[in-house]
Amino acid sequence: MDIPYTVEVRRDTGLTNGKIGIWLFLASEVMLFGALFASYILIRAGAPSWPRGDTILNVPLATFNTIVLISSSVTMVMAWASLMRGRFGTYRMYMGATILLGLVFLVVKYFEYSHKFHDGLYPSTSNFLAIYFTLTGLHMLHVFGGMLVNAYFWGPGSKLWKTNPVWFTNRVENSGLFWHFVDLVWIFLFPTLYLL
Amino acid sequence: MSQPEGAVAPQPHVAHEAHHEEELGFWRKYVYSTDHKVIGIQYAITALLFLLFGFSLMMLMRWQLAYPGSPLPLLGALLGDARMPGGTMLPEFYNELGAMHGTIMVFLGVVPLAVGGFGNFVLPLQIGAQDMAFPRLNMASYWLFFLGGVTMLASFFVPGGAAQSGWTSYSPLANLAGTGQTWWLIGMVFLITSSLLGAVNFITTTIQLRAKGLTFYRFPFFVWAQFVTAFLLLLAFPPLEAAAILQLMDRLAGTSFFLPSGLVVSGQVLAVAGDGNPLLWQHLFWFLAHPEVYVLILPGLGIVAEIIANNTRKPLWGYRPMVYSVIFLGFMSFIVWAHHMFMTGMGTTMAAFFQTTTMIISIPSVVILTALVLSLWGGSIRFNTPMLFALGFLPMFGIGGLTGLPLGLNVTDIPLHDTYYVIGHFHYVVAPGTIFALFAGVYYWFPKATGRMMNETLGKIHFVGSLVCMNVIFMPMFIQGLAGVSRRLYDGGASYAFAEPVLHLNVVSSWGAWILALFQIPFIVNFFWSIWKGKAAGENPWEATTIEWAAPSPPPHGNFRVAPEAYRGPYEYSVPGAAKDFSPQYEA
Repeated sequence: MDIPYTVEVRRDTGLTNGKIGIWLFLASEVMLFGALFASYILIRAGAPSWPRGDTILNVPLATFNTIVLISSSVTMVMAWASLMRGRFGTYRMYMGATILLGLVFLVVKYFEYSHKFHDGLYPSTSNFLAIYFTLTGLHMLHVFGGMLVNAYFWGPGSKLWKTNPVWFTNRVENSGLFWHFVDLVWIFLFPTLYLL
Repeated sequence: MSQPEGAVAPQPHVAHEAHHEEELGFWRKYVYSTDHKVIGIQYAITALLFLLFGFSLMMLMRWQLAYPGSPLPLLGALLGDARMPGGTMLPEFYNELGAMHGTIMVFLGVVPLAVGGFGNFVLPLQIGAQDMAFPRLNMASYWLFFLGGVTMLASFFVPGGAAQSGWTSYSPLANLAGTGQTWWLIGMVFLITSSLLGAVNFITTTIQLRAKGLTFYRFPFFVWAQFVTAFLLLLAFPPLEAAAILQLMDRLAGTSFFLPSGLVVSGQVLAVAGDGNPLLWQHLFWFLAHPEVYVLILPGLGIVAEIIANNTRKPLWGYRPMVYSVIFLGFMSFIVWAHHMFMTGMGTTMAAFFQTTTMIISIPSVVILTALVLSLWGGSIRFNTPMLFALGFLPMFGIGGLTGLPLGLNVTDIPLHDTYYVIGHFHYVVAPGTIFALFAGVYYWFPKATGRMMNETLGKIHFVGSLVCMNVIFMPMFIQGLAGVSRRLYDGGASYAFAEPVLHLNVVSSWGAWILALFQIPFIVNFFWSIWKGKAAGENPWEATTIEWAAPSPPPHGNFRVAPEAYRGPYEYSVPGAAKDFSPQYEA
């Protein structure tokens, strides 16, 4: 038994199942991070004092990381575009670059975290640090999850290209949508935590 | 749009015929199945067991409420000295039972049965689909639910026992509670993830896998109800996930999201950073939990609508207004949550806003209920068991809904808040309300799932006994609540002089609950007896019009012999000039 519209689009909706599925998933992710941002606002509004982010956090490192993530979104699009042109080798290169850039982001984040711990700054120190570690920690989990999916499509999952290139291209597009979302969350997190 | 150049499009898939499916082994067929019907039945049976278990917890509590301090015969000794020394219940154990009764009934009983069970089994059949859009995700959804359930059950055995801070887990109480609370939070994360996967699947399936000709306004009302419910699950659950993450951080990493400065516990100021906001938990929790109320009730309304149309042998009265109402209801349910928080001192402006939205949301609910009642008008009603439960649902849900109005208004809520009146109100909505609708659904779709009918006599005994007992349990609670008895008293109010005149009602409610348990025995017997010995049912034993009745009973993997098509609306009963009194959607 084959489920229809996994590969071909349904005529009246113009969509594949996977495309709807990933957008719905992203909608729920918006609600997850939205609730956490709302919590940030409520806690900050109720706090007697709140530090400026740049007095505690490392803005140059975060700026570097922002550039890294935005670049990884560009390589992600290039990976998908290569598949659309039927160039599998170029796809492998761009997808590999996307995964490596994700890894760079996590490594930089690791140094940021360990520096904070070294200075005796923990989630329990203050609510500013608590929300910083919670939001960035959850975001890092998302980066890691995205990297796992991308690594699967770079490696074993790419066998699908030989048997069903349309399906494979759609899958990479969907995983790209998730990757862009993760990038977008960071673009909100960076000013909120580091600059405001 | 997403066609790579030079790539060869795969051959269009030829619709496989069901009986050509390769035979799957036992594990793939019944345990790790990707068939929506098997998953639906797995959900339904697990949820029914959890309903029974959650009910048992309450029966234990009812002993303590009716006869505070007296040792419980037989069972008391079995539960051990840590919880019931000498057979008398400890207050901590009472709190455990209370918190877990609520959690289990809502998150492991009613929702999995209504959405996971009926949604999974019926929805794809009703829209004429072969299966859900993402069958493996569907299986993952069930097993995450199962894992969440196991986590909740296991929490009874950790040191200090299960969660004790109520099903709402209010901070700071829950921040300071024992290990069981951490297990509760982890269990909730599993359950939230499970319903997220389910919701994505339901919405995608409904949009994409509709049969040819099945436009949105030809959907049976049940499909609409499930569709809106899925959006509520998709968008309302993540904030609870956020809340659970924050409370886990508070408990495990020592943050103080929900802990204010200078909180004194056992005479000592708590050594935390402070500056947190306990109200934040309540906002995040109720942002989920109010839509959750509609998650509990909408599938029930859907089931009742199907059964009423079928057994009055006429179209639903006001199908379109019902559909508009259910959509509006889904939307409004996101902006009423703080009516649970009138007593928190969040301010009159906020209270005024939320009581207004609460009054507005009662309108579509009344529209749907009125349409269902008016649908009975002039019908030639068949009083079979599913119809009796559906008819029982209408006044019970009506009582539950109308008694909610004083709770939605700031001024009248203040004296009633946290009294037994509240318990009476929402149990009328969920117990003789939703659970009756779910029983109706079990009796109605049982022949589709098993190919056999359930016994009518046993069904009628089950119905009459349950209807009487439900009212015996919950009606006295309104009286106790109006007398001011708090819902959270371990002795049921015995230590308060003002509760004296209504104290004897505790005994009435308790006996109602225990006798209600006896009246579930005919259902359990009927259920198992009918699987093997019930009267054989054909494809369409109720002479119904919707597409699920086009499939064989039970439907094979892949559901239909030929892909069905929809030719008309869902409820074309007693069409003038037609040869029979029902014109199925799937017949040209």
